[in-house]
Amino acid sequence: MVEKVTDIDETADAFSRARSEGNVAEEPAAAGQSDQNGARMREPIFDCHDVNVHYGDKLAVRNVNMALGQNAITALIGPSGCGKSTFIRCLNRMNDLIPSARVDGKVVYHGEDLYGADIDPVSVRKRIGMVFQKPNPFPKSIYDNIAFGPRIMGTKGNMDEIVERALKRGALWEDVKDRLKDNAFGMSGGQQQRLCIARALALEPDVLLMDEPCSALDPISTGRIEDLMEELKQNYSIVIVTHNMQQAARVSDMTAFFTVELDGDTGHRTGAVVEYDRTDKIFQNPSDKRTEDYVTGKVG
Amino acid sequence: MAARAGAQREVFPRASTGSRVADLLFRAAMLFAVFVGFVALAAILFDTVSDGAGRLSTDFITNFPSKVIPENSGIQSALVGTLYLMFLTAFMVVPLGIATAIYLEEYADRNKWFNRLIEVNIQNLAAVPSVVYGILGLAFIVRGPLGLGRVLLAGAITLALLVLPVVIIVSREAIRAVPPSVREGSLALGATQWQTIWKQVLPGSIAGIATGVILALSRAIGETAPLLLIGAAASPRFNPSGLLEPFTALPIQIFVWTQDSDRSFVAAAAGAILVLMVILLLMNSVAIYLRNRYEQKW
Repeated sequence: MVEKVTDIDETADAFSRARSEGNVAEEPAAAGQSDQNGARMREPIFDCHDVNVHYGDKLAVRNVNMALGQNAITALIGPSGCGKSTFIRCLNRMNDLIPSARVDGKVVYHGEDLYGADIDPVSVRKRIGMVFQKPNPFPKSIYDNIAFGPRIMGTKGNMDEIVERALKRGALWEDVKDRLKDNAFGMSGGQQQRLCIARALALEPDVLLMDEPCSALDPISTGRIEDLMEELKQNYSIVIVTHNMQQAARVSDMTAFFTVELDGDTGHRTGAVVEYDRTDKIFQNPSDKRTEDYVTGKVG
Repeated sequence: MAARAGAQREVFPRASTGSRVADLLFRAAMLFAVFVGFVALAAILFDTVSDGAGRLSTDFITNFPSKVIPENSGIQSALVGTLYLMFLTAFMVVPLGIATAIYLEEYADRNKWFNRLIEVNIQNLAAVPSVVYGILGLAFIVRGPLGLGRVLLAGAITLALLVLPVVIIVSREAIRAVPPSVREGSLALGATQWQTIWKQVLPGSIAGIATGVILALSRAIGETAPLLLIGAAASPRFNPSGLLEPFTALPIQIFVWTQDSDRSFVAAAAGAILVLMVILLLMNSVAIYLRNRYEQKW
């Protein structure tokens, strides 16, 4: 889907556009040199400009400016209520489903404004897959779970092949190939979550948004999902919200640290990005004191 | 205690005699309550069976009611009328009830005053006595704007209106039982809202809806008051031949026979009650079976 790119300068370019309250990576060139995770980043897929999200008249997330790279895993970390889940839901317009939610600013996806007047959120969600906190398989067979997306898209072609390919990509084929007609509710939690990932992959999206995908899973299932993410990033870009800092450190190439700001007058809590940088930098040498306190476990 | 010189203290204070007696008394009172209901039911059942069991035969089912010879009287027209009523009512109430439930659960913005008004109205309508629906049916369907006359369709429309609120309420509950995460999962795959409703929400709630619809219909076919008001025919010796033809139904036939001055019609009434009870029992069994077999556990 995406050609291999080794051009480091483009990565740097992506960083230079990563403006989050001025806490930008100061030495973008360093990104390429020590890109130990081997991410091949190119132009950013998402370019967010001054994104504000309101629930009613309450500001939930303010002023997010971030460029999310291609074929990389970007982790969004931060304490509860910091708006990272709210923000990730802006990236495939899931916030449209909440009547009171309003998204301002610009989210540019491959050069097109995701919130443009003539953009259909349904077609956005077909391109940008999402996996949720709690595995949410449909009460149907494993096969029908995978086939649901392609069927509603009206995909022509051999459905058996589509299902097999998606399950293989989701590292689930070997587990379930003999019981494709069984109800998905009979699977373990970890298998259900991989099914949900495979289900999203069946639509051939180019981005996978994962909202705390492992929070309901045991460590072994979590490990398998993380391995899977590592494989998937060859072909897909992944944005993951996680409460688990070790997970962010293990799997991601880039990390954004969100925090909660308490408005002293109104008592409203608003999320904002403190720092967005390479994961190793965030965890080893963060620029902002708040990031350092959080990743070293002093707060949060 | 004192005799043992306090060597052994009670760690757990023993229940006083008073509280033990109170416990027993309450238990006895509850059992009595159960007993009253059970005995009443058993008495009715026994009385009906002893009166009517002797009448049950194929002839009783296939004969038309006779005003002259009680022994030859049958329930064909009433049974056929009841079955027609049931299917016609279902035909009207199922699409209307489910569509309303979908609108209220999936589309309506609960902050809008008219949606809240609709909700409150439906709740209230479910509690309106059935005789009031009979008056409505008489005024608006038999006479009035629709002016259908005392016909099968008028009866079915009235019964449909009667059970519509119940069908809406049970359908909403079944739809609400489908967890939001399923809708989210479907929408996140690029399904439209209608696709999500049609392919996820409805299949996930159809067992609950079907159960509720059957129970609502079993209430409808037991109703007497609205049909009496509408003017179902008394002991007709013919089946309704069309939607706009006179009709009767089992409860009406039972009512007519019990009112007859000739006491020998009592046995026929009891026989008809038994037939009606068997139908209701069958319907409830189907509902229970559907619920146990197909209800989605989330």
